[in-house]
Amino acid sequence: MKWIFIAIIVAATTVGEVMQAVGMRRHGEIKDFRPGAIGRAVAALSRSRFVIGSVIAMAVSFFAYLGLLTIADLSFAVPATAITYVLETILAKYLLKEQVNWLRWAGAGLVICGVALVSL
Amino acid sequence: MTTESARLRAKTWICATVVVLSNVFGNFFLKKGMPADLPTPWSYIAVLFQPWVALGVVLLILWMMSRMTLLSWADLSYVLPVTAIGYVLVAIVGRIFLNEQIPLKRWAGIVLIVAGVALVSLGTAPRTHNPEAAE
Repeated sequence: MKWIFIAIIVAATTVGEVMQAVGMRRHGEIKDFRPGAIGRAVAALSRSRFVIGSVIAMAVSFFAYLGLLTIADLSFAVPATAITYVLETILAKYLLKEQVNWLRWAGAGLVICGVALVSL
Repeated sequence: MTTESARLRAKTWICATVVVLSNVFGNFFLKKGMPADLPTPWSYIAVLFQPWVALGVVLLILWMMSRMTLLSWADLSYVLPVTAIGYVLVAIVGRIFLNEQIPLKRWAGIVLIVAGVALVSLGTAPRTHNPEAAE
């Protein structure tokens, strides 16, 4: 049962965060931080299909995470979901066309090992 | 071009700091205010009006907004490892404010995370994609 929760969490988190990145990139760099401009940005983003999709996916991930925590320890849940770093970095390279050089791969690898050690 | 990349880097550092601090302290206050159990569905709503929980929720909303702002220019493969420094701060906040012990294994993990964050944040530019080509 807990592996079903982990599969749902990993899939929903990965899809949600990649969609969020696509939605924000399509919106473009936020440069104006005055309240009116932020309000307009929020209004524009709330109509973005990618941003709406990412919010739904993250809500699924959140409730699956709460479900996982009722049957598993935090020290199991956190490292098990760190696999999203690998999946999202791969998608960032092939889907978002980011230049993931060896420094970024090495950095992501160190972070995954570190998260596992901190939480195990 | 160098002033442009310096501007983007400074903006990235400021925004990433807000992302990390709002996440760490949002979760900290949420945990601080959360009762031992939530027996009824109504208690899930009522707990939102507990002051520490409310502060935690406000900070987590700030976290969500600042993370989206950061992603509006920075790469996902940059934001992911760099904001992982939050795991380190959670351990340190737990040590200082909740008097939790940090065993050797956790220190080893902290060192690895800091090394990973340093590699990505100091070694690579925040944005590698062409903003004009994104549409």
